[in-house]
Amino acid sequence: MDLWQITGFTLVTALAATALMVPPGLALAWLLARRRFRGRVLVETFVSLPLVMPPVATGLILLLLFSPRGPIGSALARVGIDVVFTWRAVVLAMTVMGLPLFVRTVRAGFEQVDRRYEAIAATLGASPLRVFFSITLPLAYPALAAGSVLGFARAIGEFGATIMIAGSIPGVTRTLPVAIYTFTEIGRDRDAAALLVVSAAIAFAALWISNYLTSRAGIRS
Amino acid sequence: MIAVDVRIEQGSFVLTMREQLDGRVTVLFGPSGSGKTTVLDALAGLRTPMRGTIAVNGRTLFDSAQRINVPPYKRHVGYVSQDIALFPHLNVRGNVTYGQRPGQRLSLDSVASILEVGSLLDRRVGMLSGGERQRVALARALMSAPDVLLLDEPLAAVDLELRRRILPYLERVRDELGVPILYVTHDRDEARRFADRVVILDHGAVVRSGAPDVLS
Repeated sequence: MDLWQITGFTLVTALAATALMVPPGLALAWLLARRRFRGRVLVETFVSLPLVMPPVATGLILLLLFSPRGPIGSALARVGIDVVFTWRAVVLAMTVMGLPLFVRTVRAGFEQVDRRYEAIAATLGASPLRVFFSITLPLAYPALAAGSVLGFARAIGEFGATIMIAGSIPGVTRTLPVAIYTFTEIGRDRDAAALLVVSAAIAFAALWISNYLTSRAGIRS
Repeated sequence: MIAVDVRIEQGSFVLTMREQLDGRVTVLFGPSGSGKTTVLDALAGLRTPMRGTIAVNGRTLFDSAQRINVPPYKRHVGYVSQDIALFPHLNVRGNVTYGQRPGQRLSLDSVASILEVGSLLDRRVGMLSGGERQRVALARALMSAPDVLLLDEPLAAVDLELRRRILPYLERVRDELGVPILYVTHDRDEARRFADRVVILDHGAVVRSGAPDVLS
C-alpha cells in the first residue's frame, strides 16, 4: 500500500475542493444573509440538500449529470474533459458535499456583522463590492476560517458520493476514507489501521488550525 | 442647501417634511421618537421615502416621481451616527482615510490638525476614549469630502466634562471647513449654541422652523 500517495492525493484534492467552495460559497452566503429575494427559500434548500440527503444519493445525481451521456458530462466530453472515475470526480464530490457546511457557517458569520458598519462605509463612498471586501469579509473572518476548515474536513471524509462517481481506483481516485473501507473489506486490517491514524492526525491538525485562526481573530478585534 | 420634501413610512410611524435646510448649521430639534434620525437616514440614502424629493446643492438625490434614488455611496453625504460605528478591524488611520478620494479639497493634515487626531492615527480603535472616538468619527466623515455633514446627537452619549471639550471641535468644523451641517439634538442649549436655523419636529411632523429664536 502506498500510504503517502493516498494521503497526499486526499489532501491535495480536499484543498482543491475547499478552494472551489470559496467563490460560490461566499456569494451564496452573502445572498442568503443580506438579500431578500424571490426563491430565497428554494436556494437555501438546494444548498443544504447534500447535508441531509444520503451522500450515495447525491453521488448518484452527480453521476447522472456528469457521466459521458449526462447533460453536463456530454458537454465536457466534447471539449475533451472526462470527469467520472478521474481525480476530477473526487474533487467534484468533495466540493458538493463540503459546500453546505461552508455556506451555513459563513452565512451565520455575515449575519453577525453589524449592518451599521456597512451603511457607514457606503456613506463614505464605498461601492457595494468594496464594502463587502473591506468591511463585511474582514469582520466575518473567524466564520470564514471556521467554514473553510469545516468544508475541508468534510471533503477529507467524503465517502458516499466519491465511491459512486469516482470509485476506488488505486493511484487514480482512491482517497483515505475509500481506502480504509476497501482495505477493511479485503482483510488488510493493518493498512486500514495505518490510514485510520493518518485520518485522525489530519482531523486533529485541521481543528487545531481552526481554533488558532479563530482565537487570533478574537484578539485582533 | 438641502431641499427635502418627503413622506416616510415605517410601520405605523409616518414622517412628513417639506423644508429648505439652508443654514450653515441647521438643527433638527425634537424629543426622541420624533423622527430626527429618520430624516438623516433618508438623506444618506439608508432609508427610502414613500414618495417625495431630496436635493443637495441642486443635485437630486431622490425623486420618487422620476424614479431617481442615488445609492448611498454616490451621495457625498457624511454621516456621524449616534453609535459612532468606527470600523473595529482598522486602526484610526484606516478609519479616517477610508473614504478619502484622490484630489479632494481636504487633506489628512488639515482635518487631523483641526480635530487633533494626528497623534491618534496609529492607535487601535478599541484603545480610544469616548471623546477621541467622537473626533475620529468626525474626521472620517470629513475626509470623504461630503457636500453636507449629518451629525446625529454627537453629544448625547458623553458627560458634561467631555461635552465641554468636544464642542470647540464642532465649532471649528463649522467655522473653518465650510461644510453645511445638519445637526440632530434634543438639547435646547446645544441647539441654541450651534444653529443658525432650527427645525422643530414632533411625532413625524414639522412643528415650527426658522431662526434659532423659534426655540424660545
